[in-house]
Amino acid sequence: MPVADTWMEPVERTPGCSKPDPILVADGVRRTFGGLTAVDVGHVEVQRGSITALIGPNGAGKTTFFNLLTGFDEPDEGTWTFDGASVAGIPAHKVARRGMVRTFQLTKSLARLSVLENMKLGATAQRGEGFFAALARPLWSAQEKDVTERADELLVRFKLDHMRGEFAGELSGGQRKLLEMARALMVQPQMVMLDEPMAGVNPALTQSLLEHVKALRDDGMTVLFVEHDMDVVHDISDWVVVMAEGKIIAEGTADDISTNSLVIDAYLGSHHDAPLTEAEVQAQLAEAEAAIAIEEGRADDV
Amino acid sequence: MDWRLIFDTALTQGFGPQAIVVALAAIGLNVQFGYAGLLNFGQVAFLAVGAYSIAMGVDTFGLNFWLCVFLALLSAVVLALLLGFPTLRLRTDYLAIVTIAAGEIIRLVLRAGSYRGTTGGAAGIQNFADDFFEINPFPRGSNGIGFVDYSSSDLWVMTVGWGLVAASCLMIFLLIRSPWGRVVKAIREDEDAVRSLGKNVYLYKMQALILGGVIGAVGGMIFAIDRQSIVPDSLGTQRTFFAYTALILGGSGRVGGPVVGAIVFTFLTAFTDTTLRELVENNILDKIPLLPSDLLVANEVGIAVQILVGLGLMALMIFRPQGIFGDKREVAISARR
Amino acid sequence: MLLLALLFATIGVLAGGPNASAEAAAPSGTSEGGEGVRGTFIDKKGTRAPGDDVPLVDVEVVITTTAGDEVVSGTTDEEGIIELELPSPGEYIATVQLDTLPEGVGLAEGAEVRPFSVDPNDTFRLNIQFGQRERETSTKLDQLPQLVFKGVQFGLIIAICAVGLSIINGTTGLVNFSHGEHVTWGAVAAWFLNVDHGIHLVIAAPLAILIGAATGALTDMILWRRLRNRGVSLLAMMIVSIGLSLAARNVLQVVFGETTKAFRDFNIQIGHDYGPITAVPKDFWLIGIAILALVGVASTLQYTRIGKATRAIADNPDLAASSGIDVNRVVLFVWAAGGGLAALGGILFAVGERVQFDTGFKLLLLMFAGITLGGLGTAYGALVGSFVVGMLIQTSALIIPTELKNVGALVVLILVLLVRPQGILGRAERIG
Repeated sequence: MPVADTWMEPVERTPGCSKPDPILVADGVRRTFGGLTAVDVGHVEVQRGSITALIGPNGAGKTTFFNLLTGFDEPDEGTWTFDGASVAGIPAHKVARRGMVRTFQLTKSLARLSVLENMKLGATAQRGEGFFAALARPLWSAQEKDVTERADELLVRFKLDHMRGEFAGELSGGQRKLLEMARALMVQPQMVMLDEPMAGVNPALTQSLLEHVKALRDDGMTVLFVEHDMDVVHDISDWVVVMAEGKIIAEGTADDISTNSLVIDAYLGSHHDAPLTEAEVQAQLAEAEAAIAIEEGRADDV
Repeated sequence: MDWRLIFDTALTQGFGPQAIVVALAAIGLNVQFGYAGLLNFGQVAFLAVGAYSIAMGVDTFGLNFWLCVFLALLSAVVLALLLGFPTLRLRTDYLAIVTIAAGEIIRLVLRAGSYRGTTGGAAGIQNFADDFFEINPFPRGSNGIGFVDYSSSDLWVMTVGWGLVAASCLMIFLLIRSPWGRVVKAIREDEDAVRSLGKNVYLYKMQALILGGVIGAVGGMIFAIDRQSIVPDSLGTQRTFFAYTALILGGSGRVGGPVVGAIVFTFLTAFTDTTLRELVENNILDKIPLLPSDLLVANEVGIAVQILVGLGLMALMIFRPQGIFGDKREVAISARR
Repeated sequence: MLLLALLFATIGVLAGGPNASAEAAAPSGTSEGGEGVRGTFIDKKGTRAPGDDVPLVDVEVVITTTAGDEVVSGTTDEEGIIELELPSPGEYIATVQLDTLPEGVGLAEGAEVRPFSVDPNDTFRLNIQFGQRERETSTKLDQLPQLVFKGVQFGLIIAICAVGLSIINGTTGLVNFSHGEHVTWGAVAAWFLNVDHGIHLVIAAPLAILIGAATGALTDMILWRRLRNRGVSLLAMMIVSIGLSLAARNVLQVVFGETTKAFRDFNIQIGHDYGPITAVPKDFWLIGIAILALVGVASTLQYTRIGKATRAIADNPDLAASSGIDVNRVVLFVWAAGGGLAALGGILFAVGERVQFDTGFKLLLLMFAGITLGGLGTAYGALVGSFVVGMLIQTSALIIPTELKNVGALVVLILVLLVRPQGILGRAERIG
């Protein structure tokens, strides 16, 4: 098992344990939908420069927690800091600008933009993105050239350079996952949050995706990713956080987690050992949401 | 059947002031719908703001015509802010609902007897654009170019109008090729993705709504100036959807699409309208066996054209959403998502 | 389909049944001689004394259609009397030409324009106050009970029209901009059966509801289902619905004409005072039928298999599909139900007022206000929201001019979006 560091050795294996150098610290984050508590995280820290996996059975609130941290949803209560500064209640685009960039479970490649345009979109602080400056090409043409160069470098690294001029909609599912990850890097983030990066990717590409994730850590970035598949988690994560029913129930290395009885109980009955197809993921997501709706007592509301 | 008359009328209208109004309204919609994916169903509200700012400014408040032009643009910005502020954070169907409602609100208020002193009520306002026609460089009388024939004031309106169309297109061409355009087009595809990359989606949507609205208001000004008259009932909701039809006909999401679409649309509607009128006047329909004798009477021609536009919009959206010149590939991609 | 027809036949019978007993109280106007407008213009000098009244001579009045086309014009005679003939029943606007008034005689701002509608074989009394006589008027608050009563009625009618729109949105995601034409179509179909074919409204109304339901089902089968199956985006579908609305509205204008028309039955009824309100018998029947229909909708959603399936799909289409619900069948049911309810709403509206080719389109904007207020895509939200909007429109007449009462509702729509975009009963949307 490749491990880049040994920081986790002295860390306690308890939910909410403190890390030597946390980049992300969340406290008392709660999100309810009607009557059901989807997320209720007391305290969690994410170690800087690590690959941390967030796992849990369906409906555990992983994606909701992700949405909250990245400003895509608003919690009922809770605070969290990123790199020492509070980012709670800050809109999603500002969270991204602070250096915490996310991807989505269902890829959001911008279909009718070319692969290159997708990439260039990720670059921050572009002068040509201002309405009036956009009209005056000389104001931004030099910067545009730099951005294009950087985009091309990343495309080469992610082996998408041959698709540079194609519409992103022409890419395969796996290529879209790669594009989305590469595009997130254009933002030059400190931390990358990947929501099920392997979902719907064919096994041949999975390995390449995993290598890219590891490369992010090697470049000094922090990675937090949501995953169903224990095998994947085992392969690449330094640290694993387990959620169930909105709460964090365990933390530890992949080895600790795989023998943790609480985790096994939580997973029991769900098919965690087979990679899920996108359709299956959708169906499970739907199931979770329906469960929420029913709990809410919205059953009598159409 | 006077085919010469039919073609002349259609051609004259196809490049005439009415086509300019449709073109500007459609260019505005192109920014909002074609590029940013915003469903503005109340473009007519912006036309109304443009038209009435001039009419009321000059006639009711006695302001300078050119000051009113500026006020019209400013009012369009304010209207866009008012409509965008509550809706642009929500799904785009909310924008559609609010804008279609706003178009009707504005028309109802303008035609209300209660404010007749200010707005002219249902009778509207006339003769407010003398300042515009005073600087008309074209000699009086009628000016023929080939088949078509325009009055000197029409020519003046057309010169300014097509000039504004060209200027708007140039501006959009520059904007869309810039990083700004990239962000806006990306929002059309998936706004959450754009948000996750650190762009303030709300701001861009607002800018697109404002830009499209202001261009629509320019169209409204041409609409009012051309006839030197504005009545609220000429600003019914269907006018928005004429512009949508023109936009989709020419190809939405292309700089020249709305312009080509507006010319073709205006030509086709004028052609249909004149042909139907000729058919009715010459009692040709009556001679066709099996057709009921009262199938179409003269005062129903306008309604018949609107039916055809409605069906045409449906057919375009279903069978050729990329427009008459569009690329099938883009449609295939957006369908696959 | 057979089941559907049965269901609507039942609703229809329920809706139509009670009407039969109200028939006796519905004499129809029978005076002969075509339609006209008549007025006596007298300057009352703003005093109580009738002695100083002066007839206004040679004052010109122009009658136009609501579209602004001149119909007829004329001037007052020596006694200040003007009589004009009108070509057909319907809505008109009378405009007193201010420049033909004698010196020193004026009108309140806007009072020179008077929209009115004239019934078949009726003469409209054009009553314009010149130098209004001083008298005590009822305070605005006294009108409140009457307006609330009207509001209940109007709110229920909007709710019936809107509930279909909202459930269609909930199950398919489509905001159907042609829903207003389903409403008009119901009323127009009933009108043709009732007036052209002489079928009593008690029979014609259920038939028209069936026609409306069939039309709703047909539009789904012919159009919307195919678009869904082809993966056409909701955005594109909304534009298609707008095209359909435009085409259908104009077709209705051709077949039905431009004028507003009333049913042959229950047209003119004598009003009675009930405490602070004045009402005609049909007012109560309308409210009763509307409540019955809404209870029917609620019970269908709550207790029947198809109703439960509808709610499941609105909650989560993917899950519903994966649990074995035939989504296309349920959506077809929803379209049929939506079409039938829209027809019922249109008929109720037309019984209370009249019907015109664009009645439904005008109501559509109020339905939007209602379902947005209640929460887009919810059924019960649509009911509550529409009811509130109807009430608001009627009672707003206390503070704003009647002609602008719909404007008030639309302003409320925008304010609701600002404060609580998910509506009264909607749930906050989850992102990502």
